[in-house]
Amino acid sequence: MLSKREWAWGYLLIAPMALGLAVFYLWPIAQTLYLSFTESGVFGGYTWVGTANFTELLGDEEVLGALGNTLLYAVLVMAGVPLSIVVAALLNVPGLRGLSVYRTLYFLPVVTMPAAVGLTWRYLFNGDFGAINYLLGEVGIDGPYWVGDPDFAIYAIAIVGIWSTIGYNAVLLLAGLQGIPRPYYEAASIDGAGRLRQFFRITLPLLTPTTFFVVVITMINALQVFDLVYLMVDLKGPALSGSRTIVYLFFEKGFVQNQRGLAAAIAVLLLGLILVLTAIQFRLQKKWVHYE
Amino acid sequence: MNRPRTWPAHVLLTVGALVMLAPFAWQVVVSLQTLPDSLRLPPKFTPSWQWSNFGDVFRSVPLARQFLNTVVVAAVVTAGQLLLCSLAAYAFARLRFPGRGAVFLLFLAVLMVPGELFIIPRYEIMQGLGWLNTLQALIAPGVFGAFGTFLLRQFFRTLPRELDEAARLDGANPLQIYWHIMLPLVRPGLLALGLLTVMWSWSSLLWPLVVNTDPEMMTLSAGLASLRGQFQTNFPILFAGSVVASLPVIALFVVLQRHLIAGITFTGSKG
Repeated sequence: MLSKREWAWGYLLIAPMALGLAVFYLWPIAQTLYLSFTESGVFGGYTWVGTANFTELLGDEEVLGALGNTLLYAVLVMAGVPLSIVVAALLNVPGLRGLSVYRTLYFLPVVTMPAAVGLTWRYLFNGDFGAINYLLGEVGIDGPYWVGDPDFAIYAIAIVGIWSTIGYNAVLLLAGLQGIPRPYYEAASIDGAGRLRQFFRITLPLLTPTTFFVVVITMINALQVFDLVYLMVDLKGPALSGSRTIVYLFFEKGFVQNQRGLAAAIAVLLLGLILVLTAIQFRLQKKWVHYE
Repeated sequence: MNRPRTWPAHVLLTVGALVMLAPFAWQVVVSLQTLPDSLRLPPKFTPSWQWSNFGDVFRSVPLARQFLNTVVVAAVVTAGQLLLCSLAAYAFARLRFPGRGAVFLLFLAVLMVPGELFIIPRYEIMQGLGWLNTLQALIAPGVFGAFGTFLLRQFFRTLPRELDEAARLDGANPLQIYWHIMLPLVRPGLLALGLLTVMWSWSSLLWPLVVNTDPEMMTLSAGLASLRGQFQTNFPILFAGSVVASLPVIALFVVLQRHLIAGITFTGSKG
C-alpha cells in the first residue's frame, strides 16, 4: 500500500527535471540528427538531402583542416597531463605545508572566465610587443607571430589550454594519489628504494586508473575547444586556417553563414569523433591501466 | 622515521605558481597603463595608474548592464539547478519506482553528448518563443542538468537507510523527508554544485554569443568578446573589462575553494 504512493512521489519529483531534459537535451539531440540530413532554405524551412552534408564535409579542405587542427590541439593538451601529475605528486609530498594556498593558485585559471584568459594570452603572445617574444628574444630566439601565424596559432592556444587545465587535473590526480596506501611506500623504503624509484615503481602504476580518467576527460574537453580560438586568434587574418577547430567551424557555418543543416552535420561528426576516440581510449587502457 | 625534506617541493611548486599567477598580475598592471605604455618594448612592468580605463570601458559597452545580466542569469540558473537537481536526485537515490534505472540511464546518456548538439534546436525553440535577446533564453536551458542530478544522487546515496524509515514511521511524506531531513545532510554537495554552476554560467560563451546578439542583453563573456572586436589592440581597455568581469568569480572561489575542490574530487573518484 505504501509502494504505490512511493511510485507516485518518485514520478512527481523527477518530473520537472525529466521534462526539462526532454525539451532542452533529448529533443535537440534528435532534431540535430535530423537536421544533419537536411539543407536550410534562405527563408527558413528544411529540405531532406540525405547524406549530402556529410559527403560535402568530408570532401571540404576547410573541414579536414579543422579536423586536423582539433586533433593536434587535443594531442598537445593531453601531452600536458604529465605536468599535472608532477604538480599533484609535489602537492602530495608528506608534511608539505601550504597545500591549500598552492591549490588555490593553480586553480585560478580554471575558475577565470575563458574570455578574460583568452584576451590576456592574446596580449602575451603578440608578435610585436608581447612579453613572450620579449623573453624569447632575451635568450636569443626570434619568436613567431603566434596567434597571427597559421603555423603557430594552434600551439599558442594549446599552451593556454594546458595552463588552464593543470589545476583541475592536478586536483583530480591528487585525490587519486591520496588513495594509494602508505604501507606500499614504507615497505619500499625499507627495501631501500629512493623517492624517485618509488615514484616510478609505485606512484605512477597505482595512479593509472585516475590518470586514465583524467586523460579521457581532457581529450573530450579538448575536442570541443572554442572559446580560446574565438578570443585569441585574429579571426579575419590568415591564422584562422591553422587554428579553426571543429566547434569554431560549427559556429561559423551555423550562425555566421546560416547553414544550419551543414552545422548540424558538423555537430554529429563531432559526436562520432568523441565516441570513437573514447572507445579507442577504453580499448587501449588494458595496455597501461592497472586495476588492483 | 626520518622526516622527508619538503623544500625541493616548495621551490618547484612556487615556480609553477608564479607561471599560473603571472598572466593575472600582468593583466591587472596593464589595465592601469596608458595605451602607449602597454605597447612598449621592452614591456613596462609597472602600472601608470590610468584609472580612466575603467571608466572608458563602462562607457564603450553597456558593461554595467552586462554585469547585472550575468549576475541575474547565474543566480537564477544556480537556484533552479539546486532545486530541480536535488529533487530528481533524491527520487533516484531514495525512492523506488518502476523505470527508475532506465530513466537514470537516459540522464547519464545526456551527459556523454557534447553541448554543440543542443545549440541549433535550442536556438530554434528560443526563436519560436520570441525569446531571442532575452535573459530567459540564457536561463531556461541552464536550470536543467544531468550532471547536477548525477552529482547529488551520489551524495544522497551515502546517507543511511534508517533515516527515511524512521521519518516514514513518524508519518512524514517523501517531500517532507527530502526537505527537512535529507537536504540539510547533503549541504556539501549542494555547495559544490552551486559553485560549479555559478562558474559555468558566468564563463559560458558559445550559447550566449549565439542567442543574444544585442549588447544590452549580453553576458560579460560575450560582452568581452565583442569588446575585442571594437578595441583590437587597446589592451588597457580590454583588460579593465576583463578584470571587472572575472574578479567576482575569482573572489567567490578564493573564499569557498574548499567546497568546490571537495565536489570536484567527489565526481572524479565516483565518476
